[in-house]
Amino acid sequence: MDRITRRGTLALGAGAMAATTIGAGGARAAIPVGNATPPRQPIENGATLRVLRPTKFVDADETIFRENTAKFTAQTGVQVRVDFAGWEDLRPQTAVAANTGAGPDVVVGWADDPHIYADKLLDMTEMAAYLGQKYGGWLALPQRFGKKWGTEQWISLPMGGTGAPCVYRISWAKEAGYDSIPTDHEGFLKLCQAMKKNGHPAGFALGNAVGDGNAYCNWLLWSHGGMVVDEAGKVAINSPQTIQALRYAKELYQTFIPGTLSWGDVNNNRAYAAGEIGVTQNGVSMYFSLKNDPRTAAVAEDTGMMRMPTGPAGKMAENVLLLNAMVFKHTRYPNAAKEYLRFMMEQEQYDPWLTGCGGYWSHPLAAYAQSAVWTSDPKLAVYRDTNTVEFWSGYKGPIGVASGSVAADYVVVQMFAAASSGQSTPEEAVREAERRTRRYYR
Amino acid sequence: MSETTTAAVPWNPKRSTPGALARLLDNKAFLVFLCLLPAVGLLMVFLTYPLGLGIWLAFTDTHIGRGGVFVGFENFESLWYDQVFWGAVFYTLFYTTVATVLKFGLGLWLALLLNENVPFKSLIRAIILMPWIVPTVLSAIAFWWMFDAQFSIISYVLVDVLGWRDTYIDFLGTPWHARWSLVFANVWRGIPFVAISLLAGLQTISPSLYEAALLDGASSWQRFTKITAPLLMPILSVVLTFSVLFTFTDFQLVYAITRGGPINSTHLMATLAFQRGIPGGQLGEGAAIAVSMIPFLVLATLFSYFALSRRKWQQGGNDE
Repeated sequence: MDRITRRGTLALGAGAMAATTIGAGGARAAIPVGNATPPRQPIENGATLRVLRPTKFVDADETIFRENTAKFTAQTGVQVRVDFAGWEDLRPQTAVAANTGAGPDVVVGWADDPHIYADKLLDMTEMAAYLGQKYGGWLALPQRFGKKWGTEQWISLPMGGTGAPCVYRISWAKEAGYDSIPTDHEGFLKLCQAMKKNGHPAGFALGNAVGDGNAYCNWLLWSHGGMVVDEAGKVAINSPQTIQALRYAKELYQTFIPGTLSWGDVNNNRAYAAGEIGVTQNGVSMYFSLKNDPRTAAVAEDTGMMRMPTGPAGKMAENVLLLNAMVFKHTRYPNAAKEYLRFMMEQEQYDPWLTGCGGYWSHPLAAYAQSAVWTSDPKLAVYRDTNTVEFWSGYKGPIGVASGSVAADYVVVQMFAAASSGQSTPEEAVREAERRTRRYYR
Repeated sequence: MSETTTAAVPWNPKRSTPGALARLLDNKAFLVFLCLLPAVGLLMVFLTYPLGLGIWLAFTDTHIGRGGVFVGFENFESLWYDQVFWGAVFYTLFYTTVATVLKFGLGLWLALLLNENVPFKSLIRAIILMPWIVPTVLSAIAFWWMFDAQFSIISYVLVDVLGWRDTYIDFLGTPWHARWSLVFANVWRGIPFVAISLLAGLQTISPSLYEAALLDGASSWQRFTKITAPLLMPILSVVLTFSVLFTFTDFQLVYAITRGGPINSTHLMATLAFQRGIPGGQLGEGAAIAVSMIPFLVLATLFSYFALSRRKWQQGGNDE
């Protein structure tokens, strides 16, 4: 529901945006391609497909996706019906398709969904190898989520991811004495303290917010070297690193605007647009909605987007929401379904989609870093490397049912919320999170 | 005129032996069974089966996307040590009790006022129903804005217009503020149902009783306690039962406004069951939470029926 609201705020300028960005798509930069032959998979006679994917967030996401699909139909004669499901409804609908063996042939689902239904999906290894060879290789996160855990077998094709770097007001940071976002935690805290002193508090969601709450809290955990479980899936959240992250979160919380414990996905966008907060974390969508609304264009002008302070060894530690496409074994036209996905990932289709969405779904294949979208507005550059992140929901353990459940139950978010607000001590908060995580990883 | 037709026409219809189907339909027991079949079928398919399935799921470790096996009381055992679950039980009871008491107090008061002779009676009654008619999610979104940490109109009036406070109220960010805010929203939504139902009850009370009481010199308080209250008791118990059930199983208000936050302090059992079951994928545990609601609901229903509809009490007598 929050998603729809946020989309509502976007709608104001979405038309204008579609016009400008599609214009940019016209002057496409050359995507460097390698030499590769697509796997031979003749499309079955009389094939038709049903595709399910999450609903659009920027208008171009739906229009260009539909245009590309229409192109596929024109070239192959395969009729394709695309359904758009609400973000929260997508997971249950995928589950129904998997369990009943009916419904959509192709589901563009969320990152961990294919891992839950791994044995019900068609193998994608050949296809992934072809796309990887042609487009400069798969980036780190798509590799993680495309392959079955611990194997080289691909079960899905990641299509794009949306990250959450730091979004801040340039002039207010300057006023506090900073030209850019510090790369270390100590500096970041000092920046927020200085801005708060000038009446520009920070605002990060600590409520049950699917996107923003997980983004902030996972950053806290990972960038301090913490993890929910270890490589073997053993619960490892109760560590000195986590305690340190919780202590840091508590100090940072003092620089927040009141009310962040109740924030959903939409609150930081509203507060930022109204000039109530000076620093937050968000996907690229907020910048676009600000930029395309004449009333907030000045705020967009003053908006900078940079990496949050990095984790150990300078690694980026931001949470990414990944689109992960899978084909169910129950499809009657496996070749048509795979060909459809290949078609959508080829540059003639993929680049206009990437560009049209303004980089909202950042590319999973390295070659698309050359896309014109990343140079069309220098501020977008930070979103270009979204999918190079080496952390994932459920880090550092296997991706599967348990990691998905821990995220859906907001275990990490609530741990940080409890410690930040002082409702529990860091030690109590981490013990409670440990108990809840154990329940899922038994 | 009629002489010509006096000759009796022999009427000897052949009695056809009834077919097997006709004989079957003449059988009363079978007919009863047949006529009940659609109703029983609907109840079985839409009530008994889902309820039975829910109870079965509560004893398995089913996840979304993969079946489960019978695990006995494992889910309940784990809930027993789960602070979040007990928090939800506490808040559900608190929410139901406080909201019901307030709804009944205010609703009864409103019904009594509306029962007086006021101008534009029917118009006012129609307006009173508004909060109940508006879809819950819409009113929830309205309250969500009113309780927003940054853009609340209540805070705006108190801070910027009247200057009574220096800071905005953090309605949904601190546990007790959030709990009371939700109770307030629920009471606002629930009053019309109670008021209109009780008003209907009030209008069945014969005015002659009040006249007789007036002649005997009864005060208005005595008229209320000796006439209105006892005669209203039957409908009151029915309305109370419904109201308790609705409040106890409330979902939309809480899910739309707080999603159970801050830090799980406003989870109702219904919202927690949904969160664990559907987005969290743990269908078995979600079902176990939902099943845990059944004893409370049965108790509430029994209480309403047996405690409040006792005849003696209704007729103004004392308990034995």
